[in-house]
Amino acid sequence: MEHYLSLFVKSVFIENMALAFFLGMCSFIAISKKVETAIGLGIAVVVVQAITVPANNLLYTWLLKEGALAWAGLPEVDLSFLGLLSYIGVIAAIVQILEMLLDKYMPALYNALGVFLPLITVNCVIMAGSLFMVERDYNLGESVVYGFGSGISWALAIALLAGIREKLKYSDVPEGLQGLGITFITIGLMSLGFMSFSGIQL
Amino acid sequence: MSQPTYKSVLLDPILHNNPIGLQILGICSALAVTSNLKTALVMSIALTLVTAFSNLFISMIRSQIPSSIRMIVQMVIIASLVIVVDQVLKAFAYSLSKQLSVFVGLIITNCIVMGRAEAFAMQNPPLLAFCDGIGNGLGYSAMLVVLGVVRELFGSGKLLGYSILPTVNDGGWYQPNGLLLLPPSAFFLIGLIIWALRSWKPEQKEAPAFRLAPQVSDKEAC
Repeated sequence: MEHYLSLFVKSVFIENMALAFFLGMCSFIAISKKVETAIGLGIAVVVVQAITVPANNLLYTWLLKEGALAWAGLPEVDLSFLGLLSYIGVIAAIVQILEMLLDKYMPALYNALGVFLPLITVNCVIMAGSLFMVERDYNLGESVVYGFGSGISWALAIALLAGIREKLKYSDVPEGLQGLGITFITIGLMSLGFMSFSGIQL
Repeated sequence: MSQPTYKSVLLDPILHNNPIGLQILGICSALAVTSNLKTALVMSIALTLVTAFSNLFISMIRSQIPSSIRMIVQMVIIASLVIVVDQVLKAFAYSLSKQLSVFVGLIITNCIVMGRAEAFAMQNPPLLAFCDGIGNGLGYSAMLVVLGVVRELFGSGKLLGYSILPTVNDGGWYQPNGLLLLPPSAFFLIGLIIWALRSWKPEQKEAPAFRLAPQVSDKEAC
């Protein structure tokens, strides 16, 4: 249990997806002008990440890993080169299914998340979550915790940035730096702040 | 948009319409792989090739793709190209591919590739689309190389592993700036580059969300 807890803390704070690995920057910058939309996208990312990472973990363990097809009588087959293609396929499919399910059973939530769901397919955070999971050999339990934690880490970062940007728009920034330029520098400072977490020993 | 020509699609994205500086596309990998020039170069080459060829192939079959499933088709083409790149890197430059870790795989979700496929390759003939891919790849590479040079040169006094500025630790005079090796420095550098680019080409400036009123004295205000 303690192991899972420390994995969770590690994935949220120390290895923050947005501020330590700089993933999902495109939507991180584009959708962080307002706190509400930022939180909406953040929640959508958490949900999708928490589902796709374990799903891809199952896919990897039972189909793609070297020797994984032993249950089908093909112990020598190594399909791990198909990894990238199948992860993105799984992600796209899950996002699509999630969209249809939400539309049918939870229209209120669908209206809140609706616009963001298609965007998530091409969000690097989701893809990176699966790739890191494979690279670090997480088992199913760990990948559930990791998926959830890394989703939260990204949601936390985008909500923080949106809060800062909402205040920042009233400030007197030099002209060429307005908009994109100052956002980058803000993120740089936030990321310096988050680096202080890296001293934590777990 | 005026009729795109080979020259304009090749050269525009480098300074005029830089994918990172202006279109805010593909920033993720720009930050993580630029702490030294070598990984930055490899990443640029990989991305340029993938963008160019995905544009070429998508443009070739653009009239056959039904619009409802075009995303999936684009994804499959891009993912297959990235797998090729990934396998080639693993075969010929294993240590480098370990350093780049997941970032090669993340070319799939790099918005430049997808963005150009959707915005340009779906409407234009194959050769033009190919050049557009190369152009945008070069625009991305230009930014990556600048970042890589600055970060490696001033962060560790080396370029491509060769010592340029002899550092204090090796008995030289240059005190390396450790901050530049840390990831956040890439943000500061990109912010400053965008600033420079926009001061040079004022038409790229964003309209400010709010204008501050000029300060007036109390008497005038009443």
